[in-house]
Amino acid sequence: MTDRQLITLRVNGEPYELVIEPRRTLADTLRQDLGLTGTHLGCEHGICGACTVLVDGAPARACLMFAVQAEDRDIRTVESLADGDELSDLQRAFSAHHALQCGFCTPGFLMLAEGFLAERPEATREEIRELVSSNLCRCTGYQPIVDAVEDCARRRQASRREHDRAACGEAERSGHAAGA
Amino acid sequence: MSAHTTESRHAPAGRYVGASVPRREDPRLLTGRGRFVDDIRIPGLLHAQFVRSRVASGVVTSIDLSAVLDVPGVVAAYTAADLDVIGITAVLDRPRTQFVPTEMPILARDRVRFAGEPLAIVIAEDPYAAEDGVEAAAVTYQVHTPVTSAEQALEPGAPLVHDEAADNVLLDVSMFATEGIDEVFAEAPCVVRVRTRTGRQNAVPLETRGAVADWDDRDAQLVVRTCTQVPHQVRTVMARSLRLDERAVRVITPDMGGGFGQKCVVGREEIAVAAAALRLRRPVKWIEDRKDALTASFLAREQRYDARAAFDRDGRILALDADIVCDMGAYSCYPFTAAVEPLMASAEMPGVYRVPAYRVRGRAVTTNKAPSAPYRGVSRPQYVMVMERLFERAARELKVDAVELRRRNLITEFPYSGVNNITYDAGSYLDSLNLCEQVLKDEGWYDLKAAAAAGGRHVGIGYSCFNERTGYGSGAFAQRKMSVVPGFDMTEARMDTTGSVTITTGTLSHGQSHETTLAQIAADELKLDISKIKIVQGDTDRVIYGWGTFASRSVVVGGSAVRLAAVKLAEKLRMLAAGLLDTTPDDVELDDGRVRRRDDPGRGLGYAELADIAYLKAHLVPKDLEPGLSVTATFDVFTDGTFGNATHGAVVELHKGTGRVEILRYVCVEDCGVAINPMVVEGQCRGGIAQGIAGALFEQVTYDEQGEPSATGFLDYKVPTASEIPDVAIHHLETPSALTESGAKGVGEGGTIGAPAAVLNAVNDALAPTGVELNDTPITPETVQRALEQAS
Ligand code: FES
Ligand code: FES
Repeated sequence: MTDRQLITLRVNGEPYELVIEPRRTLADTLRQDLGLTGTHLGCEHGICGACTVLVDGAPARACLMFAVQAEDRDIRTVESLADGDELSDLQRAFSAHHALQCGFCTPGFLMLAEGFLAERPEATREEIRELVSSNLCRCTGYQPIVDAVEDCARRRQASRREHDRAACGEAERSGHAAGA
Repeated sequence: MSAHTTESRHAPAGRYVGASVPRREDPRLLTGRGRFVDDIRIPGLLHAQFVRSRVASGVVTSIDLSAVLDVPGVVAAYTAADLDVIGITAVLDRPRTQFVPTEMPILARDRVRFAGEPLAIVIAEDPYAAEDGVEAAAVTYQVHTPVTSAEQALEPGAPLVHDEAADNVLLDVSMFATEGIDEVFAEAPCVVRVRTRTGRQNAVPLETRGAVADWDDRDAQLVVRTCTQVPHQVRTVMARSLRLDERAVRVITPDMGGGFGQKCVVGREEIAVAAAALRLRRPVKWIEDRKDALTASFLAREQRYDARAAFDRDGRILALDADIVCDMGAYSCYPFTAAVEPLMASAEMPGVYRVPAYRVRGRAVTTNKAPSAPYRGVSRPQYVMVMERLFERAARELKVDAVELRRRNLITEFPYSGVNNITYDAGSYLDSLNLCEQVLKDEGWYDLKAAAAAGGRHVGIGYSCFNERTGYGSGAFAQRKMSVVPGFDMTEARMDTTGSVTITTGTLSHGQSHETTLAQIAADELKLDISKIKIVQGDTDRVIYGWGTFASRSVVVGGSAVRLAAVKLAEKLRMLAAGLLDTTPDDVELDDGRVRRRDDPGRGLGYAELADIAYLKAHLVPKDLEPGLSVTATFDVFTDGTFGNATHGAVVELHKGTGRVEILRYVCVEDCGVAINPMVVEGQCRGGIAQGIAGALFEQVTYDEQGEPSATGFLDYKVPTASEIPDVAIHHLETPSALTESGAKGVGEGGTIGAPAAVLNAVNDALAPTGVELNDTPITPETVQRALEQAS
């Protein structure tokens, strides 16, 4: 049998110690060794994006990465998005816009959008469409996915503005706004 | 969960039907807690892969698996001889002059008929070792010349794919042949002809096929979890193949990542996996990789049409004559057979138009390519494209506006009995066309087209009008002379002691949202909160019987069975309550989870109270009633079914220099009768249109002379992304179906049916100044580029 290696992975904030073959992909490790089956495999050659996870915050194809390459990096999967039964705003937007039918591509699109919106909170619809074009969906025709990501982005922007305004008002009231 | 009606387009009859109720499937799928077949883990699980033929046609002269067994982790490897299982034979009730039955062995025995055909199954401790094992197999072949096109297959003296099909023809039917049709063509002032070829496509569910099989000693049952649209039919074939009683096979369908028809036929691999599990008495899992999914699963749509239509001077169609050849690949699929495409096209080609005379010849040809299965729309995307091209051609000849020409020929009076012996129920053919054209005009696309032309740009507008028979019942399938006749569906509705209801359906949602829509139907009938209703599907031990999900049948047939069962359960509740409330069943009514006296609404019993009596205090149940609260209902369609319809309008621009076809606008005016859940209806339309566009512009599997398929991955098989698929504006019309229990018509396939014709017509409209006409799909950038260059 091929050589095995002892590695440590940090997935969704939890540390895991694993003994694995160097050729084992991150996707297989997540799914088979850690039981995190939300990450799906649609092609295993880097095109469909169903396996998209976040590696140090950036979307990555888990089928193209070996688990050993993920050592010491921060991995996030779809299982991390909801808070118990409470769906995240992005997940709620997907449901509201019917951005999933069979749901097989969905974890990949969610993680893709999650990573992207963190980087580009002010993205335009065209930029969002371009982002959505990195993954494949066979059911929805994409428009609802673009709608969902856009809607989530707008809501986050609105709540940030709201937050900023509130913070600003707070600062004024406590008399520290001067000189800002 | 509450219903919100923001997108409802008509006054809902109940609280739920007609409302865009949020999908009950979503929370688990959004959180990674769905359970797809590859997510299933059983202790001691083994993993299977297949040794597949490297040649398209030939005889296996030796197959040596000894090196396979030496691979670390490999547990077993079996050939056809080792497994000894019965192959799959799909038959029609037609004479041999019309249809030739052929067998698809589970593993090829000696003859191989396409590159990718399974020869042996390798079982290992993990998937990596199974793949290593496959690599170690040594197979030698005597290679034959493969048949790689329908033309070649039909040549005299062509090599034979199946010895029993003497001319490589599996189906040959000539139908209708209205008397005097030749004279009509001879005398008509306008006769147009269209010849079309459409590319071989893969339905490409994003989840590939897969199965997990395990023998259960306690139940003396083989439990097979497999992603199939037709669990009961898989059970039937599997039991026969493995020589088991049918009750000794239980087929369970977990969450499923799409199917689109590819999974509505019985796969040989799922049976091989079951046979291996039975032999090893250990659980075995097989997950198809993308290469096998693209090359060795089921394909579809490779067709050739030679069609003529005759018109009078006023532009009224007089006759239609078509010769249709479908390249069905190496095998017949179960239960539909290789005849599914030509029979669909032959029976339904006149579509939405008043065609007085019709003749058609339909053939299914066998070639050395991966076999075909029904794919969303089955032939309708093609024949609609041909019909719509014929109308465009005629409009040009007659110098009439093409939309106007359609208007003159659309069926407007219903029910309409067609020349094809089909009776069409009411639809909005003309209204949908008028509205679609109006929308594009109002949005300014005609002006833009004119301005673009003046500026030397190539912008075109194209339409397609079509109907879609939904809810094929056993009557319709019997008319096709299927010997295994799909059609009906059965539902059980059972209330438990807490007053919540479990409803089984023989349909099988794999993205279509039945857990939501069927519950909406039942909730309204039972006057019960939807959260108290659970839909159960995809388990042959829990669901009495059903025909699964295909041909847009689920809401029509399955939904009707659900409604009937809910009605019966409601009746039983009323009878029970009437006895306990000292009145008659007619004098009580259901209201929000209670049964109350009509004359005294304050007097009533909650469902939980009634259920408590029905089960736990059976001595109180009125004498003439049985204890318990469980009913079953069946629904079938014995008429010609119910027809949804739509008009699609596309605006495209052809780009000089790249040949790219850009879709600037896409409008769909659909009529599926009563929409149970408008959000879901729109989802089906959009997704269907995306697949239709994929066929029109992008996807195709070609084969070289050796029979090697061109596409082995997504780099070669170009599934369109969000950059290529436009936003779609959807408008609704509603002509309720009188046939179904809910007024709904099916809508699963319509999008896919209409899109190729609309896009192709738009491209040709844009090309009109060049004089070039394109009739084959996919329309590649190269062909567009050539056409544009030719013009300049
Ligand atoms: S599975 Fe990783 S990109 Fe398709
Ligand atoms: S929802 Fe099915 S592939 Fe995207």
